[in-house]
Amino acid sequence: MALLEVENLQTHFRTPDGGVNRAVDGLSFSVEAGETVAIVGESGCGKSVTSMSILRLIPEPPGKLAGSIRFEGRDLLKLSEREMRAIRGNEISMIFQEPMTSLNPVLTIGQQIGEALRLHQGLSKSQAEAKAVEMLTLVGIPAPAKRVKEYPHQLSGGMRQRVMIAIALACNPKLLIADEPTTALDVTIQAQILDLMRDLKRTVGAAIVLITHDLGVVAEVAERVIVMYAGRKVEEARVEDLFRTPKHPYTQGLLGAVPKLGSSLDGTTERLAEIPGLVPSLKQKIQGCVFASRCPYATDLCREVAPALEEKAPRHVAACHYAVKEAVAA
Amino acid sequence: MFAYIVRRVLATIPVMAIVALFVFSLLYIAPGDPAAVIAGDQATPADVERIRASLGLDRPFLVRFGEWVFRILRGDLGVSIFTNLPVTRMIAQRIEPTLSLMVVTLFLAISIAVPMGVVAAWKAGSWIDRAVMAFAVLGFSVPVFVVGYLLAYYFALELDWFPVQGYTPFAEGLGPWLSNLVLPSVALGGVYIALIARITRATMLEVLQQDYIRTARAKGAGQGTMLFVHALKNAAVPIVTVIGIGVALLIGGAVVTESVFAIPGLGRLTVDAILRRDYPVIQGVILLFSFVYVLVNLLIDLSYTLFDPRIRY
Repeated sequence: MALLEVENLQTHFRTPDGGVNRAVDGLSFSVEAGETVAIVGESGCGKSVTSMSILRLIPEPPGKLAGSIRFEGRDLLKLSEREMRAIRGNEISMIFQEPMTSLNPVLTIGQQIGEALRLHQGLSKSQAEAKAVEMLTLVGIPAPAKRVKEYPHQLSGGMRQRVMIAIALACNPKLLIADEPTTALDVTIQAQILDLMRDLKRTVGAAIVLITHDLGVVAEVAERVIVMYAGRKVEEARVEDLFRTPKHPYTQGLLGAVPKLGSSLDGTTERLAEIPGLVPSLKQKIQGCVFASRCPYATDLCREVAPALEEKAPRHVAACHYAVKEAVAA
Repeated sequence: MFAYIVRRVLATIPVMAIVALFVFSLLYIAPGDPAAVIAGDQATPADVERIRASLGLDRPFLVRFGEWVFRILRGDLGVSIFTNLPVTRMIAQRIEPTLSLMVVTLFLAISIAVPMGVVAAWKAGSWIDRAVMAFAVLGFSVPVFVVGYLLAYYFALELDWFPVQGYTPFAEGLGPWLSNLVLPSVALGGVYIALIARITRATMLEVLQQDYIRTARAKGAGQGTMLFVHALKNAAVPIVTVIGIGVALLIGGAVVTESVFAIPGLGRLTVDAILRRDYPVIQGVILLFSFVYVLVNLLIDLSYTLFDPRIRY
């Protein structure tokens, strides 16, 4: 049994005009204990909604969740709000994209780290503060005993993201969901935070679901990658396989759109490949392949029949009629 | 912080000076001649002149203003034209009921309005929210004296839960004191509750959208912790600001409320003084009210630092 098994997850939102926005539409994936899985895709592909759905942080209504999200065999979608609260921040925790706004400006760093500890582990105020100091040391914040008494505005963006990580890891979660943890940070700070996450993964041993649109980040930390497009999974593979032999035209497009360092200096520069067009509106049920409208290889078949996820190579699935199928070890 | 307090206290001096100048000018601006009022209907012009001289009304404006200010600084607000008692003593006799009324109303209003606004924001769009908003409109639009008489009719005359009117000094016990203040406080607090509840709801709605609320939920915080620890403290600054500004409403409303419930406080003193053109009393009361208002808002400004660590003076 995998640690997390998401099956046919559908997160739909009712829009004010009476329509339905299918932000996530039939997503399935699993995460093993201790594994790092990246979910990549453009803005609006449903990756953040997926992460919020796992913790059930989607307001219902207007949101509506269907399918199943089994964590250690328990379906999170069937738990009461109270049972869910015992899981949030304790067994599954989350790091958000915006360290500048994700910390409460009027509570001290110590209070904010200590809150989860007091809630889930029943620590007293002073025990929680001592543990908070320990956590700050763990995430590499200098002078932690002084910092616990400070407020978020006294810290830089990178420091705040470290605090967010400390909050998330305070209760030794089994699963950590990191939603674009480095996007809002300077490049040098990004590298530091990624290093920190990798180190902590080794010491804490939590599984990580990393939500990102940055393929560089994926290459550095993930073991397995899920590519999402328009609320669906279009490809999934081990990270080496995905980078070496992307099967889905969308993944190929994504990889082609990444600039390579130094390529403009040696005169071999070509224009960066771009994927023409925009992500389709999720308000209508799309017939056929979701990527057909932007795909350079699309045929009538693609526009009419939705391709199923198919194993194109060992442990490498893609949803494309035409992706080359290698010999799958039978 | 200390330097800021000193600076703010010094800044109240020009404010109070302007209030003093305005209050003093009342004597000149207002129609009617106090000397003639005191002298009465049968007085001859000579009598009026004599009284005017004895009051010092015949001397230049600035001279009299200067003298008046210096007397006030020594704690002397003058003598009532009507009762011949020192104004300070008259105020001292009347201050307890008014202070009691305002303090009770303040506590009542805050403890009702803030939870009301928080719940309305939390359940935005629900029937609870609509009920709170409807109450707020009602609170704003129904005058104090209408609410006051209705309350007195039902809860005092019909149900006999509270005294109809009057005031019992605090010295005679907490129970009797409070029972006399409940109805006036509710009547006076209506507008105030509406104001605070509305601003609480609006501010909370905004705060609840913030990323850190989502962080709190992701930590597993319960609904109560989220609303009253994470959100309310962030919403506190606009709320306490409006509480401070609203003290002006209380001062104005106290005058009417005291008349409705026959409470022998400063409001009644003010009304009586105005009807009798008892200028020293009017001046004394206005100066006192202005001073209280300035002081309250100074305290409110200083309280910001308690709620928001980003504000440092």
